[in-house]
Amino acid sequence: MTALPTRHDEAWRYADIAALPALWPITPEVIVVAPGDSASRTWVIERAAVHDIAITLGAGAQMTVHVLNAARGYGRLALRVTLGAGAQFDLGAAQIAGGDQTVEIVTEVIHAEPDASSRQVVRQVLAGRASGNYLGRVVVARGANGSDGSQSIRAMLLDRGASANARPELEIHADDVKCAHGCAIGELDADGLFYLASRGLPPAAAKALMLQAFLAEAFVGADDEATLMAAALTALEDLL
Amino acid sequence: MLHITDLHATVADKPILKGLSLTINAGEIHAIMGPNGAGKSTLGYTLGGRPGYDVTSGTVAFAGQDLLALAPHERAAAGLFLGFQYPVEIPGVSMVQFLRESLNAQRKARGEASLSGGAFLKLAREAAALLKLDPEMLKRPVNVGFSGGEKKRAEMVQMGILDPKLAILDETDSGLDIDALKVCGEGINAIMRRPDKAVLLITHYQRLLDYVRPDFVHVLAGGRIVRSGGAELARDLEDHGYEALA
Ligand SMILES: Nc1ncnc2c1ncn2[C@@H]1O[C@H](COP(=O)(O)OP(=O)(O)O)[C@@H](O)[C@H]1O
Ligand SMILES: [Mg+2]
Repeated sequence: MTALPTRHDEAWRYADIAALPALWPITPEVIVVAPGDSASRTWVIERAAVHDIAITLGAGAQMTVHVLNAARGYGRLALRVTLGAGAQFDLGAAQIAGGDQTVEIVTEVIHAEPDASSRQVVRQVLAGRASGNYLGRVVVARGANGSDGSQSIRAMLLDRGASANARPELEIHADDVKCAHGCAIGELDADGLFYLASRGLPPAAAKALMLQAFLAEAFVGADDEATLMAAALTALEDLL
Repeated sequence: MLHITDLHATVADKPILKGLSLTINAGEIHAIMGPNGAGKSTLGYTLGGRPGYDVTSGTVAFAGQDLLALAPHERAAAGLFLGFQYPVEIPGVSMVQFLRESLNAQRKARGEASLSGGAFLKLAREAAALLKLDPEMLKRPVNVGFSGGEKKRAEMVQMGILDPKLAILDETDSGLDIDALKVCGEGINAIMRRPDKAVLLITHYQRLLDYVRPDFVHVLAGGRIVRSGGAELARDLEDHGYEALA
């Protein structure tokens, strides 16, 4: 990528364009997992950054990716994943932002061959006037029968000014495909917060406890689950 | 210990409590009975400080403090416990973690040292044993997948762990079978029947009162206490209904 993108580029429509010149140019990273192999990677984004990653999984390969995007500034992670026959890709991502920050995860998962599966779980906690975005395309190529793709995208808005944009998209050119997506944007359950408060938890602690449970869904199965959660809680502290 | 004077409160701007006065001293157990919709739960929530339950006039003193000036978590730290008619389910949050953090937040607010994990677990196991609740249930998410009776017993386990000065128990008897009713009744006596503690039982049946003998019984109707008496009043209500007495 050389030229700066604009909002007219579909994948950048919610981006913090003004933050880009300082982060440009981006060096794409390429990850290849050989047939039958497995790999895992974790990205923790704590300052302004744009990551552009291309992943190719060979036949029967597996990869698990975990992301904590709590950039102080514009934080973006774009993943383009191509799945070989029977490959398995799992993404568990949490985005936490406050102030004027924009955080986003942009994925394109291509089921190029039959019987591959992909699972994406994204949980966002947004405060202040922050915006948290997820643009996710799942493409099932011609002949990639038996594909299984899921996207579960949820956001919790802590303040009126915060916003979440979630756009899961499916493009299916094969038969016998199982693809499901779910999006939900909500606020913390007021009854739950009062219940916790009635036992003595101050508001910030009660919110943190409920948000911890919410974010945990993104970190399930990570080797460094506890470290990720600790970093997430630190980021949350600034918002509560 | 609790001194409610001419309390008026609204729920979603609708007046529900209309001049309620009640005094509860240390060492006493009071029961409030009344028909459905009388405002019993509203009284509990108002004392607990639930958002949306607004006091429009009146005063509430609790253990020498202005209760109404305190936030809900501060009321808990001051020694108030509210047993919910419908305990709330909180997916993903473990009961043990929730209760340990709650107890330590209360202790911190009172200037006491926090309890270690081991000391807390011992306390939690003792409370669970008292209420005959499988301690393994405390590892589960708060109230999630608990039966109606288990939720009520878990509320009493929480009370045992938090060790309040005053417990307001809203329909703790509903959803309990006879055995669980006995266990809960005995639990309430064991935890709360002490010279320095008090209980306000909210119920519309007499049956819990067979296990937890109240010193005073009040009838709540139309947002006020319309009648007060001793334990015998509960029996009269059971025999004659609220209409005749209210
Ligand atoms: N959240 C609410 N919004 C509006 N009205 C309510 C709400 N909660 C309770 N009420 C009303 O307040 C009155 C008292 O209810 P409640 O305190 O639950 O009675 P009880 O516990 O004695 O059965 C009822 O008329 C009920 O409809
Ligand atoms: Mg009620």
